[in-house]
Amino acid sequence: MIAEIGHYALVLALAMTLVQAVAPPLGARLGDGALMALARPAAAAQFLFISAALACLMHAFVVSDFSVVTVADNSHSAKPLLYKFTGTWGNHEGSMLLWVWILAVYGALVAAFGRNLPPRFRAWVLAVQAFVGLGFLVFILATSNPFLRLDPAPFDGRDLNPLLQDPGLAFHPPLLYLGYVGLSTAFSFAVAALIEGRVNAAWARWVRPWTLLSWCALTAGIALGSWWAYYELGWGGYWFWDPVENASFMPWLMATALLHSSIVAEKRDSLKSWTVLLAILGFSLSLLGTFLVRSGVLTSVHSFASDPARGVYILVFLVVVIGGSLTLYAWRAPGMRAGGSFRPLSREGSLLANNLLLAVGCATVFIGTLYPLVLDALAGQKVSVGPPFFESTFVPLMIPLLLMMAAGPLMAWKRAGPGAVLPRLAVPLVCAAAVAAAVAARSGGPWGAVLGMALAGWVAAGVLTELAERIRLFRVPLGESARRLAGLPRAAWAMSIAHLGVAVLVVGTVGAGNWAGEREQVMRPGDSVALAGYDFQLLDIGDVPGPNYLARQGRVRVSDGGEEIALLLPERRHYPVQDTWTTEAAIHTTWLADLYVVVGEDAPGGGTAVRIHHNPLVPWIWIGALVMVAGGAVSLTDRRHRVGAPTRRRAVPATATATAGD
Amino acid sequence: MKRKHWRLVFLGAGLGALGLAAGLVLTALDDTLVFFHDPSTLKERAFPAEQRLRVGGLVEEESVVRADDGLTVRFVITDLAHTVPVTYRGILPDLFREGQGVVAEGYLKGGVFEADEVLAKHDENYMPREVADALKKSGNWKGEDAE
Repeated sequence: MIAEIGHYALVLALAMTLVQAVAPPLGARLGDGALMALARPAAAAQFLFISAALACLMHAFVVSDFSVVTVADNSHSAKPLLYKFTGTWGNHEGSMLLWVWILAVYGALVAAFGRNLPPRFRAWVLAVQAFVGLGFLVFILATSNPFLRLDPAPFDGRDLNPLLQDPGLAFHPPLLYLGYVGLSTAFSFAVAALIEGRVNAAWARWVRPWTLLSWCALTAGIALGSWWAYYELGWGGYWFWDPVENASFMPWLMATALLHSSIVAEKRDSLKSWTVLLAILGFSLSLLGTFLVRSGVLTSVHSFASDPARGVYILVFLVVVIGGSLTLYAWRAPGMRAGGSFRPLSREGSLLANNLLLAVGCATVFIGTLYPLVLDALAGQKVSVGPPFFESTFVPLMIPLLLMMAAGPLMAWKRAGPGAVLPRLAVPLVCAAAVAAAVAARSGGPWGAVLGMALAGWVAAGVLTELAERIRLFRVPLGESARRLAGLPRAAWAMSIAHLGVAVLVVGTVGAGNWAGEREQVMRPGDSVALAGYDFQLLDIGDVPGPNYLARQGRVRVSDGGEEIALLLPERRHYPVQDTWTTEAAIHTTWLADLYVVVGEDAPGGGTAVRIHHNPLVPWIWIGALVMVAGGAVSLTDRRHRVGAPTRRRAVPATATATAGD
Repeated sequence: MKRKHWRLVFLGAGLGALGLAAGLVLTALDDTLVFFHDPSTLKERAFPAEQRLRVGGLVEEESVVRADDGLTVRFVITDLAHTVPVTYRGILPDLFREGQGVVAEGYLKGGVFEADEVLAKHDENYMPREVADALKKSGNWKGEDAE
């Protein structure tokens, strides 16, 4: 019964998206305010119905209703409650439902908080949002209905892939979707602006909070996913350039570029058509990612099922949405009035360089991700593009980006003289050189690590220099500087925090990429192994029962100079329902490094295979990502974003002002 | 300089960045691409020992042998037409099992595939796409197309 209610709620939601996609644009055409106003209640109703459907599916999972196919295929009565709950989206149907739910959340948020938007514009934004929702709801109902019944119902379910039974997975998909589905708002704003011919500084200001919100969620989601892979997959790595990882990374690169270009559009009324294009491309890459993951053209832990009908549907939808929006762009963009001009050496110029590098970097990831698919389709040749490809293409492109990161914020808008910029870079340059010397002296290389650390020092010192300039440190009395510091706009803090986060992240990736150590050997209880100055002793190994698995658990004592610093409990779990094993790495972090232990199978001659990793600076990667998210969050609280209405000074079309009191 | 000239400078910078990226991508593709083959192709064609390859198929039943050192594993990958022996040193992935699909990456030396990476990232219901295709090619595909 509950499942039928869920199914019915989905159909009602579909009806609501139809209303929302058709009525408001019609109203905008006819100048009918009542039709346009339908968009907001429709968005709210759509959100409520999809929420109801999601709640019904969760209920089916939590009470283990195995008469529902999705539940029977992906759950089990013995599974811990948390994973019954999060298992709702640990499968194809449920994760698609989560996808449209988040789309509806954004639609409802725009409807609720977009009061200041001109009604015609808001009508179009919500209609575009509904059109995307419509496509996905039809997809769910036609090819991936989560509420299909199974008769007779099996006695018990087939269980969730044990790899996915992890707290990290409880939040990874929702956050990730909150990020890349959130880019749909920037997309809807872009398409609405193209239709309405309204791309100006006010538009850039309206899009910004939505982009920021998605960007924060996407950053956190990617970081969480990478952390999950790090501790759950047991390989000691945190990023594999897996196509599914790339599928979320490409929209992130575009969203990052969009955040930066929208600053230029807002402050200088320039780079407008580029900003619109980025908004379209960002969400297009989100859709492409959804296609890659959901159609089963890729094989990975993320693709739960492969069904050609689903792939074809998403592909067609992809072509309609991306093709349609790009055609609209090609038609309307040339009509946009160019805004303020600027020289290459200027704040705008540096932001443009940032965009160029991010876009080109995104293109290399795109090529690396899709090349194997294209080659297979055209030549029937199977190849794999692995981390070495991305390390020799994407990584070099990020070096000039990091160089720009310190210099750009020190430049004036419109035009900056080299004489004004270069002296300010003296401090970062000295810091970078000092870091390079210290790293080279302490570790002796490799040169890539020295360069990477110097870049991180350069970025961090650049951020601090810029802050010092803003508060005129040492040029005015300290009290005056402190007063200025307190009075800095949130946007300035946000940039400094986010850029410092990047520096921290760079430190982490450079450390992990260059100085990681690993030892793999068979150990018997009592055996010791030394790695990176630490001593690892296997005390014993035994069986420990879990709720729905049996673990083979080792106890490893880690000591540093004879003093015990940690007792690690790595496990290998056997899940009897699916007859699969998972590896649970045990990690001790000193914040400067992770000590990471994995147990493998028992050796025929006695003893157990044990792998030990020493991963220097890896925790800095997640810390850096968190700091970046914090920067984004600070920017979200900027007052500017709350005054969403176009200022009266700006010329607003008569139709918009007439109903501005809405 | 006029606005038009500055536009040319921006255009040049953009094209320069694109050219740089294209250069990086082309050389990287040349150097880092790893081709996938099935055991039948490995039998038919000769491969230089320094060429990095991927081979995929099913792990032959009862072919997995662990050496006394506890870390070195020998097994046989088959597409049910031909086989190739594989050696690997290290802890195998959790999903590695006899009779299941697997992809190994490494070098073919004297008829033995020396793998330094073994992938078995699929779940119970289906196998790596390359493996499924290899089985279809050798005429031994038994599953349904969609699964």
